[in-house]
Formats: sequence, structure tokens, C-alpha cells
Amino acid sequence: MEENNDNNKGTNADTRQNEFVRKVAEQKYEFGFTTDVHTEIIEKGLNEDVVRLISRKKNEPDWMLDFRLKAFAYWKTQTQPTWGHVRLPEIDYQSISYYADPLAKKAGGEEKKEIDPELMKTFDKLGIPLEERLALSGVAVDAIMDSVSVKTTFKEKLAEKGIIFCSIGDAIQQHPDLVREYLGTVVPYRDNFYAALNSAVFSDGSFVYIPKGVRCPMELSSYFRINARNTGQFERTLIVADDDSYVSYLEGCTAPMRDENQLHAAIVEIVVKDRAEVKYSTVQNWYPGDENGRGGVYNLVTKRGELRGEGSKLSWTQVETGSAITWKYPSCVLRGDNSVAEFYSVAVTNHYQEADTGTKMIHLGRNTKSTIISKGISAGKSQNSYRGLVRVGAKADNARNYSSCDSLLLGSDCGAHTFPYMDVHNDTAIVEHEATTSKISEDQLFYCNQRGIPTEQAVGLIVNGYAKEVLNKLPMEFAVEAQKLLSVSLEGTVG
Amino acid sequence: MQSEQQYIDLYNNSRRMLFGHSADAMNAVRDRAFDDFSRLGFPTRKVERYKYTDMEALFAPDYGLNINRLDIPVNPYDAFRCDVPNLSTSLYFIVNDAFYSKTQPKSHLPEGVVVGSLNDFAGKHPELIAGYYARIARTDEDAVTALNTMLAQDGLVVYVPKNVVVDRAVQVINILRSDVDLMVNRRVLIIVEDGAEIKLLFCDHAADDRRFLATQVIEAYVGNNAGLDLYCLEETHAKNVRVSNLYIEQQAGSRVNHNIITLHNGVTRNRTDLVMAGEGAECRLNGCVIADKRQHVDNNTLIDHRVPHCTSNQLYKYVLDGEAKAAFAGRVLVRPGAQKTISEMRNQNICATRDAHIYTQPMLEIYADDVKCAHGSTVGQLNDAALFYMRQRGISLKEAKLLLEFAFINEVIDSIQLAPLRDRLHLLVEKRFRGELSKCEGCKLCR
Repeated sequence: MEENNDNNKGTNADTRQNEFVRKVAEQKYEFGFTTDVHTEIIEKGLNEDVVRLISRKKNEPDWMLDFRLKAFAYWKTQTQPTWGHVRLPEIDYQSISYYADPLAKKAGGEEKKEIDPELMKTFDKLGIPLEERLALSGVAVDAIMDSVSVKTTFKEKLAEKGIIFCSIGDAIQQHPDLVREYLGTVVPYRDNFYAALNSAVFSDGSFVYIPKGVRCPMELSSYFRINARNTGQFERTLIVADDDSYVSYLEGCTAPMRDENQLHAAIVEIVVKDRAEVKYSTVQNWYPGDENGRGGVYNLVTKRGELRGEGSKLSWTQVETGSAITWKYPSCVLRGDNSVAEFYSVAVTNHYQEADTGTKMIHLGRNTKSTIISKGISAGKSQNSYRGLVRVGAKADNARNYSSCDSLLLGSDCGAHTFPYMDVHNDTAIVEHEATTSKISEDQLFYCNQRGIPTEQAVGLIVNGYAKEVLNKLPMEFAVEAQKLLSVSLEGTVG
Repeated sequence: MQSEQQYIDLYNNSRRMLFGHSADAMNAVRDRAFDDFSRLGFPTRKVERYKYTDMEALFAPDYGLNINRLDIPVNPYDAFRCDVPNLSTSLYFIVNDAFYSKTQPKSHLPEGVVVGSLNDFAGKHPELIAGYYARIARTDEDAVTALNTMLAQDGLVVYVPKNVVVDRAVQVINILRSDVDLMVNRRVLIIVEDGAEIKLLFCDHAADDRRFLATQVIEAYVGNNAGLDLYCLEETHAKNVRVSNLYIEQQAGSRVNHNIITLHNGVTRNRTDLVMAGEGAECRLNGCVIADKRQHVDNNTLIDHRVPHCTSNQLYKYVLDGEAKAAFAGRVLVRPGAQKTISEMRNQNICATRDAHIYTQPMLEIYADDVKCAHGSTVGQLNDAALFYMRQRGISLKEAKLLLEFAFINEVIDSIQLAPLRDRLHLLVEKRFRGELSKCEGCKLCR
């Protein structure tokens, strides 16, 4: 009798699950539309002329072109890395166009003064209104489509406080000294294959400078959108927080649904000086490909912050739900004494997505502290890996690190992996790492069921609770979006 | 640097001698191993599993090899008298890589059990050897295993037939003895058939103050419901290089208890690969390392859960002093379908000085959802509060530190099933921490 009951329960759960899976499968990637706007795209292929052309299009000074050419020369000597736990195919770098400008004037057309209304509509649709009166008053946005910054809001208001917030292209024109002082000092072009590629061909991204003693009055944010076909996005972001300043920075991204794989190889560099604090949050929602693993964005990103100042603080928070392949390790170099670094991450993979993400904490100064909290959730046939390094240098007395990375498996065809590395060269360091991998506890599910909560809701509850530790670190505006994303990405993957 | 070339030349020049002194079953795989070795070359530090030990540098010096099987005069009892008191074992010796057959223990092993020379056994039972020799120790993916397979001429075989339980522990003393710098390629084959049980204790000693390079490949096959306790204790000296690859295959319901203890050494690299091939198997891998001066210890483990319902447990503890460098890299692989796997891995380390370096890398790779896997890793110091507590009560700082370090390591030692060995190790570890030579008066070195 008991057996029968069990069977029935199983079948019911299966039916429910199947129904839900179907419902969710039918749910389309919300931001998968394309915008029909005239875009000037340069010829496919990558060579020195292309690098020169990009530099010329952006009207860059000679030192910038030199930087690009050096990076390109180095990139040519490198091969695509294969150590990640992802099935990244050999990318044909010659079949990608490296510059796409949706703001370019039509041939023979008159000079555009206003932004194309199509573009305005696109960003409206994405929930990023570019008109300041409509925008949330607390957030300034730098909206970037393909290779060009469409608009940066609240620029003037921020300038009153001495804050520079603009696209990196503008910054190179208007604040060349600042850019030259910091660009490439945190992530040198020789850092890795993709960093070299980005340094050679990067287009717009954001530039932020917070002067001494200024607390940025609003959240700064960049929104990245890939629109054009057969292009890659290679944005570059540079954030400099001078002594005693504070800024919270948000980054969001989406792309249209396409069968082809598009490449996104960005660099983010952050410099944090004495007693300054930077909070960097990402909700990454690039197109993840369809349920059969077709299409999707290859997200191959180098992000690093250097805590140069005494008592400085840097906090990375990321919610990774999109991209077919993610290869991303937001890192911190704790150079200043008493500096503090944090890394909070939720990575969700479903269908055939693959994520290899984590962080590096490099302790060089004295009394430095770092915390790593990583939550991986894998479903479908996806692979989700945490890869992290904690290094304590010989002079980093009293360094302290705590890492915890947990993985949750939903479904029997997915994988969850942990690859932590710890290199300790100092006898006063305390480094701790712990990780667990499991599926959702049957006891917890049973407890919820007992109290009348249906299984799928219970799963939602448990997953949300599991990710809460990280979601709580997100700024308000993003927390809501992230939670919604999490439920869309996940619900229906279990019964 | 092309360290492998000298070994390739050596093989080409002395192939006939190698074949002439070994049984056919061992020769059968030699050429294949040579091809694999020539193809692979020594792994660089870019190879993930060899990240922490530079193999090429270790194999670069010009060592002598005893390919012609010259008799090295030795009285093992003279070279080694560190018997474990109260541990009644069946004692065997391996001198360099040759089984020492001139002394045999007084006690008899149960009928059918063989502990003896691998080469002799391979001559007598080629069919048995062919089924096991160089099967899990794959030469095509590890250059050291390939090198060992192509140069090994003798070693040890332990064969326990079906349902035979060997009560008395078997102790095997590996003695390195030479008047010149010597390379030794030792090979061990352990076959524990269904329902059988055996406890093995390997002790590594170096009797001469020469540079030694010992490669060792151990293959252990543990049958259904069989049990194997394998303890490896290394007490050599600073000029000794040990590269040991241990491969274990466990069938359904089997139990493996493996302890690896490194007290004195020069450079040590231990690789342990364990495959869960049958459901319900259990294993416990423990290790402890006490290192100072310029010692280098690298433990690398892989537990491959291929089938459901297996349990694995790992605990490695290190205490590093002086300029010691040590690494622990553990990987647990749960293959698709290996549901209900329970796996735990723990690695805890104490760095006592600034110049001591520790690298730790506990990895989980999981492709099944209904599993419980955890790993934890810590690097830290002795508890200040505990030290203060003891000093308040009149215990000197030095003594208090010793007590804490001793307690830290004891968690590993206490898991050893053989009580007399456990007591002996407690003593050895304490002596080791006190900086006394952890050798007894009887040894050649101590005299």
C-alpha cells in the first residue's frame, strides 16, 4: 500500500514538474528582441588596420593608439586559453566585426542632434529610461549599445560635485591625464589572452572618477546592450575612487536572441585609494542560448580591483544568470594595509549553459581581510564551476580570509564543481575555505509540503533563501530584478 | 632542460639487460611504457596535477641504476632495527627495489597468501600478473608511472586469495642502500581477492647518506567485500627524493584505509588515485606531514566515484616549520549516475614560520545531483587563547606549542587501526616535534 502511495506521489510530482517545465520553457528570454536602427559596422576581421581604424573613429591621441597596438602585438603571440571547465570552441576572431556604431549618421544624411527615437524606445523597453525626468532619481546611467555610449544621464548634476561619469571614449578626449594615469595599471594588456584582445580593440565603457572626500550621491550604472549581428562587444570600464570617497556602481547587460554565438570580452579596472569604498554590482543577463544550447553570448571577462590605499574597501556582488559560457573572475589585489575585500556571487546555469566563475584575493598589505561567498545553482544539463584563488604574500601579516562556496544541484544531468586554490606564504595568515554540494534537502521540501506549500513554491522559497546571503548585498534597484531573474531562470527545473 | 633524454637513452642502451633480468609478464608492457614516456616527457608545472613539484628538476641529476642486478651487500637487520615494539608483524625487506629473500619471518602466513618478490611471482604466475600488472597504473597519462613501468625490474607482490583474512599485519621495510647516488624504481602489486583482508605497513628508510631518487608505483586491487589497510611511513633524509604513485581499485562493499605519514624527507611527491568501481565501497585516506628545513611534500589525490552508494573520506594535516614547502591537491570526481555518494575532504595546515609555504587545492567535480559532498581547508596558527591558558599554568611557551601541535596531528594518527603502531607513531611524532632524530639507537645512522 505504502509503495503505491509513493508511486502516486512520484507521478504527481512528475506531472507537475513537466507542466511547469513546459510553462517555463515557453517563456521567452525577455530581452531577446532586436532594434532596427541604422548601425555602421566595420568590416569583419582583426588586423593592425582595424585597430588603427577603431582608434581613428574614436579620434584618439597617439598614446592611446600605441597602447592598442602594443596590446595587439602581444595578443598575436598568445593562444586561446583552455584551462577553464567550459567547452569553449576555438573562436574565429577573424569572423567578428570589432566596431558597430548605432549612432553613426547615415551616409549623405544630415548630422544627428537627437538620439534616434528607436534607441530611446529600446532602452525604455529594457527598463532603462534615458530621459532624466523619467528615470529613477537615484540612479545615473551610462547606456551603451554595441560599441558606442548612447547617453550618460545626470552627467551635469554629478559634475557639480566634481564627479566624472562618462563613457571612456569621452574621458580619453576630456580627461586624458586621468585616463592615462590609470588605464591598464590594474589589468595590464599582458594579463591574459582576452585582456590583450580587449586592450587592442576596446570600444565604449564607462569612466568614473570620484574626487577626494566625495560620497557619490546616487548609484552609478552602466547598461550594456549588444544589438548588431556578427559583432562582439569589447567594453572597458575604469573606476577611480580617490581618498575617502564612496561610490556604488551597477552593471547590467542583455542581448538579442540569436542562433550564433556572440563574443563579449570586457575589462573592468577599479582603483581604490586611501579609505575609499567601492561597491560594484553586476546582474549579468546576456542571452543564454535556447534550451538546446544553440546561440548565446560567450562572456569572457577580466575584472579586477586594486585596493591601493590604506583602509580601502572593495565589494563585488554578482548575479550571473545569462550567457552560454561565462569565464569571469572579479578579483581584488589588497595592496593597502587594513584593506577589506568582499566577493558575493550567485551563479545560475540552466539548459546547456556553462559557467566557470569565482574570484582571486591577493593579499599583499598588512591586516587585510577578504570574504568570499559563492553560491552556484545548476539545473538542466548545465555545468557550474567555482574557481578561486586566495594568495597571502610574505609581507601580508595578519591576513584573514574566509571562503565559502556552496553548490546546489537541480536535476541529475548537471554538474557542480569547485576548484579553490590557496597559496599561503605567511605564518600569521588565517585562511579558511569550505564548500558543500548537495541537492535540495528532502526534509526541507517535506516540511514545506506538510504546511501546505506546493513543491514548486517550496523549491522557489528554498533557492531564494539559499541565495539571500548574496542578494541582500545588492542595491535595492537590482535586488528586485535579480530575485525575479532567479525565479525565472530556475523555477520549473525541479518538481 | 631535457631531463627525459637521459632516460630514453638509458632504455635504448640497456633494453636487453632490463628484459634479461625480468619476468616476461613485466617485460610485456615495457616497450609500450617506453613509447608513452617518450611521448609524454616529464610533466611541467603547467600540468595541473604537477603544479607544485618540478619533476624535470628532480629527474635531471645523473643517478646510478642497478640494472644489472648486482648484489648490494646489506644486512637489513643491521641497517634497520627500528622494530615497532609490541607490534607483532610479519617482517619483510626490500633493499632498494629488490625483494630481500635471505631472511624470512618466523611466523607463517595463512595458506595461499603470498608476500614476495614481484619478479619471481610474475615468472611463476604470468596469467595472474597479466590480468593486473600495469592495468590501473596507466602509462599513457602519467610520465612517472610510464618511467617506472619501463625500468622496474622487481619489487613486491602481496596476494591474498579469496576469503582469507590475514590477522597479523605485514610490515615491509624499504631500505635505500648504496655507496653511490642511486635511482630506484620499485614496483608493488597488491591483490586482495573477494572477502579477503590484510593490513600492510610500508616503512621507507635510507641507510646511507647518499642522494636517492626512488620512484614507486603501487597498484592495489581490492575485491568484493575485501578489506585493505595500507600504512605508509616515510623517514628518510634531506637528500632523498621520493615519487610515489598509488593506484587503488575498489570493488563492491570493499573497505580501504590508507594512511600516509611523512616525518623526514627531502622531496616527496605522493599521488593517490582511487577508483570506486563497485557499489557500497568505502575508503578513508588520511595523511599527516611534519616538515621543516627545506623539506618539500606534495600530496595529490583523486577519488573517482564511478558508481552509486560509495563513501569517501579524506583528512590531511600539515605542520610546516623552517623553509618547508608543502602542497595538498585533492580532487573528488563524482561521475554521472554515481548517486548517493558521500564524500568529505578536509585539509588543515599550520604554518609556523614566515618562510614556510603551503599550497592547498581541494577540488570537487560533481555530475550527479543526489550526493553529499563537502570539503574544507584551513591555514592558520596555534590558538593564542590555548597557548595563554597553558602559560598561565606554568607550561613554557615551547612546551605549550608542542602540546598543541601534537594534538593537531594526533587526529590523523588516532585513526590508525593498529594500536601498537599508533602508540609508536605518537612517540615518533613527539620526538619529531622536539627536533630529536626520530630514529632509534639501533640504526646505522644513529650510531
